Amino acid sequence: MNQETKFMLKRLAFYAFIFTVVAWIVIPIIISTLYGFALPKDYYDPKKVIPTSFTIKYVKTLLFTLGALDGIKNSVIVALITIAISFAFGIPAGYAVAKFIFPGKDTIKLSIVALRMFPIPVMAIPLVILYIKLNLIDTLLGVALAHTAMALPFVVLITSSIFAGVSTELEEAGMVFGLTRLGSFFRITLPLALPGLAAAAMFTFVMSWNEVFVASILTLSHRTLPAQILSIMAGASGGAAPDYYKFAAAFIMILPAITFIFFARKYLVTMWGITLK
Amino acid sequence: MVEVRLENLKKYFDKGRVKAVDGVNLTIKDGEFLVLLGPSGCGKTTTLRMIAGLETPTGGKIWFGERDVTYLPPKDRNISMVFQSYAVWPHMTVYDNIAFPLKIKKYPKDEIDKRVKWAAELLQIEELLDRYPAQLSGGQRQRVAVARAIVVEPDVLLMDEPLSNLDAKLRVTMRAEIKKLQTKLKVTTIYVTHDQVEAMTMGDRIAVMNKGKLLQVGPPTEVYLKPNSIFVATFIGAPEMNLLEVSVKEKDDSIILEGEGFEIPLSRDFKELLERYIDKTVVFGIRPEHMTIEGISSLEHVKRSTTIEGTVDFIEALGTDTIVHANIGSGQIIKVKLPGHIPLEVGSKVKIVIDLDNIHVFDKDTEKAII
Repeated sequence: MNQETKFMLKRLAFYAFIFTVVAWIVIPIIISTLYGFALPKDYYDPKKVIPTSFTIKYVKTLLFTLGALDGIKNSVIVALITIAISFAFGIPAGYAVAKFIFPGKDTIKLSIVALRMFPIPVMAIPLVILYIKLNLIDTLLGVALAHTAMALPFVVLITSSIFAGVSTELEEAGMVFGLTRLGSFFRITLPLALPGLAAAAMFTFVMSWNEVFVASILTLSHRTLPAQILSIMAGASGGAAPDYYKFAAAFIMILPAITFIFFARKYLVTMWGITLK
Repeated sequence: MVEVRLENLKKYFDKGRVKAVDGVNLTIKDGEFLVLLGPSGCGKTTTLRMIAGLETPTGGKIWFGERDVTYLPPKDRNISMVFQSYAVWPHMTVYDNIAFPLKIKKYPKDEIDKRVKWAAELLQIEELLDRYPAQLSGGQRQRVAVARAIVVEPDVLLMDEPLSNLDAKLRVTMRAEIKKLQTKLKVTTIYVTHDQVEAMTMGDRIAVMNKGKLLQVGPPTEVYLKPNSIFVATFIGAPEMNLLEVSVKEKDDSIILEGEGFEIPLSRDFKELLERYIDKTVVFGIRPEHMTIEGISSLEHVKRSTTIEGTVDFIEALGTDTIVHANIGSGQIIKVKLPGHIPLEVGSKVKIVIDLDNIHVFDKDTEKAII
């Protein structure tokens, strides 16, 4: 085998790998989108692979009659509150872990990760009892607080690695040229950390958006989208929902997450021509 | 523009186990260019950071004129700093970077514009004002950092190894430019470096530090010609000073230094200084440039000299200079620096001429200079 064919084969293997990874992610998204709008007779027809006749009936019913639209609204509110609270606590904590040396730093870092080892179902009953006592049961704030508890460790870890990536000298230059430490953080470090923080926000959003267990046990009338879909699918009306609702639900579930990532994407890689972690 | 005074300045880390700066007393005169010189970890950068207010001293005081600034935050000290990594903010254009200190101090808009243009012109970066730092080369970023530092007309200008990230050629250019700029602006400047060439060429005075202590402060020529310790003597000068262990002997009412295979007669003037070292071991020091080889070139203006014999061991031809490594017996190698190209061969016998007016003698235990 000469050099050239070896090189070509390597390239081929590389592109085959890329194609597989992309297909792995994209094909389910395409199928659920297509089938979400297809008539049932099309995908039950063994001779047809790609459906040809479409309707918005099922998506519409799901959204407006079965309460998925309220679910989306609730999910967005919960996700935004989760981001707000977990960033309010996570950013200062992440900054402290990245820039300062203090006693017990390693223990704190370890226990942040260790928190995530608790299986949530174990805490389900105590959590519900606590929420009833605190009058937080069946509220969006309650769900957001629970999601914050789940997201916060990761926000701390992600932001600390982002802040560690912003040179301390840049911030010190801010202080030398007339800013306070806090001012230097807001005018120098924070803008430079923005791409990374956008990624952290995206991560938190998707986590909150997908979380179904806690949302299901803590709410009844104010359900987030996954909890609402689950209760529709698992047969609030007795028995499992028909297939066409499942496909429509899958489409509704992925659409907002994809839209969000699409808009946040440009903050991820580069900003001002520089790349941060 | 002020005088900076450090009084018994201390900085300990790790609960006093690491003494980064250990009692430094130093006065930097108004408008002076002072170079803090020392190897990495000697405490020079920590000293600078305390003057900037980026580190809080463990003890001692820092005065700017009559103002005690020891515990003031950096922003209230009216200082500027050029960082080792330049610390040019990547999310601002060159113009905004330079204008930033003025904007914070709330200068009027046209005044800001005037000053930014002035600083940019001074550093020849006018055509770069709209660019982002990521689009600049290292040398250009360096110029932006310097422009930002001088635009506010600070009381004290601090520089932390500003040239260490530049390539060798650019370093020489910037060295001269920074020195000229400082002379023009007459701003009190404290410049940290580990490069003795930078220290010699730029400083009005050099302060040599090691292990958190200040060893010697003085004009470059004084530090070079009259080092007060073995550390200063070997840290400044390239190739470094030759050091040989010798014993002090009395001979015919005069003092000689006796080494293995050679003798160095000393002037009567030194007798008093060396009296208490008679029959003891001391360290003899001579710079490579204060010697020559008989028959090759002569030391100009040498009043008194002596010769020792040796064999050429190795020759470094640098083009402008030649450094001859000579074995003077018992494996002791001394380096002799001669101008130009020297037609010598390895193994040939040579007579090394030592300029007796430029010799150094150090105490072996305290490492302090005796002569």
